[in-house]
Amino acid sequence: MKADPKRVLTGSHFLNGNHSATEGALAAGCTFAAGYPITPSTEIVERIASRFPQVGGVFIQMEDEIASSICLQGGVWAGHKSMTVTSGPGLSLMMEHIGLAAITETPCVLIDVQRTGPSTGLPTKTGQADMMQARWGSHGDYEIIALAPSSPQDCFDFTIDCFNLAEEYRTPVFLMSDESTGHMLEKVVIPEADKIDIVERKYYTGSEPYLPYKEEANGIPLMSKAGMGHYYHITGLTHDERGYPVLTQPVQKQMMKRLMGKVNDNVDKLTRVERINLDDADVAIVSYGISYRIALKAMEMAREKGVKAGILRLITCWPFPEKVVEELAKNFKSLVMVEQNFGQMYYEMDRVSNKHCNTFLCGSAGGDVHDPEEICNTILEAAK
Amino acid sequence: METSEIRLAGMGGQGVILAGMILGRAKSIIDNKFATMTQDFGPEARGGAASCAVILSDDPILYPNVTNPHTLVAMSQEAFTKYIGVVKPGGMLIVEEDLVKLSDDIDPSIRVFTIPATRLAEEIGRKIVLNIVMYGFIVSVTGLVSEESARKAVEASIPKGTEKLNLAAFEKGYQYGVEQLK
Amino acid sequence: MAEKKSKKKDPKEWGLEIDAEKCKGCGFCVEFCPKAVLEMSGDFNAKGYHPPKIVDIDACTYCDMCEMVCPEFAIWETSEKHDKKAHIADEFIRMDRMPHIWCPGCGIGTVVNCLVKAMQDAGLDRNNTQIVSGIGCTGRVAGYVDVDSYHTTHGRAIPFATGLALGNPDLNVIVVSGDGDLTAIGGNHFFHAARRNVNLTVICVNNFNYGMTGGQVAPTTPEGAIAVTTPYGAYDKPFNIPFIADSCGAVYVARWTTYHVRHLQNSIKAAIQKDGFSLVEAISPCPTLYGRRNRLGDGLDSMKFYKEISKRAKKEHTTADADIAFQEEILVGKFVDRERAPLHEAMDASFKAKLGDKYAGWPVPG
Repeated sequence: MKADPKRVLTGSHFLNGNHSATEGALAAGCTFAAGYPITPSTEIVERIASRFPQVGGVFIQMEDEIASSICLQGGVWAGHKSMTVTSGPGLSLMMEHIGLAAITETPCVLIDVQRTGPSTGLPTKTGQADMMQARWGSHGDYEIIALAPSSPQDCFDFTIDCFNLAEEYRTPVFLMSDESTGHMLEKVVIPEADKIDIVERKYYTGSEPYLPYKEEANGIPLMSKAGMGHYYHITGLTHDERGYPVLTQPVQKQMMKRLMGKVNDNVDKLTRVERINLDDADVAIVSYGISYRIALKAMEMAREKGVKAGILRLITCWPFPEKVVEELAKNFKSLVMVEQNFGQMYYEMDRVSNKHCNTFLCGSAGGDVHDPEEICNTILEAAK
Repeated sequence: METSEIRLAGMGGQGVILAGMILGRAKSIIDNKFATMTQDFGPEARGGAASCAVILSDDPILYPNVTNPHTLVAMSQEAFTKYIGVVKPGGMLIVEEDLVKLSDDIDPSIRVFTIPATRLAEEIGRKIVLNIVMYGFIVSVTGLVSEESARKAVEASIPKGTEKLNLAAFEKGYQYGVEQLK
Repeated sequence: MAEKKSKKKDPKEWGLEIDAEKCKGCGFCVEFCPKAVLEMSGDFNAKGYHPPKIVDIDACTYCDMCEMVCPEFAIWETSEKHDKKAHIADEFIRMDRMPHIWCPGCGIGTVVNCLVKAMQDAGLDRNNTQIVSGIGCTGRVAGYVDVDSYHTTHGRAIPFATGLALGNPDLNVIVVSGDGDLTAIGGNHFFHAARRNVNLTVICVNNFNYGMTGGQVAPTTPEGAIAVTTPYGAYDKPFNIPFIADSCGAVYVARWTTYHVRHLQNSIKAAIQKDGFSLVEAISPCPTLYGRRNRLGDGLDSMKFYKEISKRAKKEHTTADADIAFQEEILVGKFVDRERAPLHEAMDASFKAKLGDKYAGWPVPG
């Protein structure tokens, strides 16, 4: 299915990451958004508020993030592709409802424009310390998908990808952006609508009674929406394929096998990485988001100093690309994770790598992107 | 041109960020080359420090940050003090002359240009266009983009109905620069 | 409008001082001076603002107005005889953190000035006074007042303050926060604290939008007004804050605009001295965002406009009449002043009644 030309701002634009994400959402066919103002994400919903009435869509600013994160789910069941936008503190408030979206298999997109934490922290400055929160913040077991953009162009492209993934896997999908990327302006090239592929929601259209959580061949149940005449029940309680709460351990086991398997069995398909200069490298950097772009400079600096560094860029951060990273670990003496926190994706990398090689972290307290010199020093250390 | 790096800094409310944005737009969209702009501001809507850095290049830009700009535009004393030390030798310093007192120890290889942008903006009638006056001046003395591209970028960046005021501000700043170069 | 007149001062004993570098050129002092003592000068201070200058000191009656209204605490009366060297804020404000972050022409500084005067007039025990704020522009108030102060999370100043108030009922707990913080994300807590009559003074600065985050719509934005998340005009009916407070059970409810400095001071003082949930709403300009987007001019223009459209509530008015429609009448005054046992007293009485001698009494901290 191709994008609707009315919703695609075809052309070259000098836009910031946040505004680009909005245009990506529009192009992807998002027609519902519920949000709450929080720096540094506000530009996204402000642009949505302005554009939706022009191209079609409902935006409502709710009273807080708790309300936004569940209101958007109502929008999904009304039949819309829906999203919300927030930053660290707001994401913390959304946790209960992320679990709800996961267990009810409500496809939705959450954009986190990360800032420095913890708590109120540095609201106008960058950070990457929500990575674990996005994955584990809600209680219980569940899987999510998360992509990390490194430029305004990525914000446009990956937001479309997030919506497509949400529909494909019927799961919450995160765009883990950050303040630097969100407020950075670069040229964003938005193609013609017929060059943009979007995944449409697959509804059940059969004549048999609708079973909301009946596993299809690909493991993903078909969706319904309000008013289709299916009289479905959607609950956050453990449920069987009828959607009815059945509070027994066997049903829990079966439900969880399918819920976790949806993502876990498809890690290879979901994995997106980029390899830069790894072929002749001695040290491999692993990074994502804005830190990846800073690491590029550090890689140059290290090479000038005689250490051949290369980069594995993670575009998909969750599910963690275990196989790819472990393969890397087998072929390198050292892996260096570069991220703006005290170690979050680092522990994932270390978990799959440490039996094969040394692992290093070039972290930070957040607030500013890394000094490439610092990363370079870690690379040199790792090369010893 | 290779890659050029410029930092614009001042106080929140002076329109420093918009000026940088227009410059980036001139290069990346009007001239269809490449520009990356990064920003820095505190929580205050007015009065706090505001700064942006713009990288202009004929090639795609990988590393997005500017540490040692070739050109520094300082529209407040604080901005001047904070950034003068990182300007590349042989670079350029452009200041708002009513708000910035220059120190005696500026690297002599740095060319200095000054403009009373706030006063000139008040003369045109609205203090709010001081950033467009400054932008015209910057384009004129640096030559980072052509006058035509610069002007087209202004037109693409302002609210409808404000063309007359903003283009007048651009002209004023640009001509002031032309005079200074003589 | 009849304002309480301060005691007449002997001009020979008084002087006027201006700290030009603190000034943000808002023009409030010039506007409020009844004797045309001041004018805005053509000079720039280091920040690029035009500070005021004294043009006719002989006309000055030392009425306090300029000192009371200045949001930057940059102009004040001095007297050697009466041992006054600095602005009254000097005693209660963390002057080492000045200048504050609020925009030129913002009303929050004026509200803080009124708060400080009210605290002084109420003779508060400095040690027992606690200020709690949420997140937002008004949320920064806690950071500037020199008492035990708390900058908590968005919308949760009131539950935090409830913890202080119940933890030690002798404390004077004052919540200062914005309309978005208190009635949107904090709405639920606002209703319950008023319902339970927690012993708090709540000062809600209402500037009709979310200031700090860039001017988004708030539950108080009047219908039709422009905000960045309602760029075509707000379509919701806004909250009538005095009405909510009243209907939930608050024992004291008043509303003024930042133009009504003396009334604001007096209401804040009364609210502080009242036991139970007391609310003072202060309608304030937001020149950078709400004001600019709705063509209300700068801070001074907005403030004058709000004063023009404000109308004193009469005996027959109730909080139900206090709705605010876009650019239309703002009802101001004291709406509610009644008696009801505050929460800790009600709890205490209930335990005493049920447990008698077995009641351990209210816990004394540490």
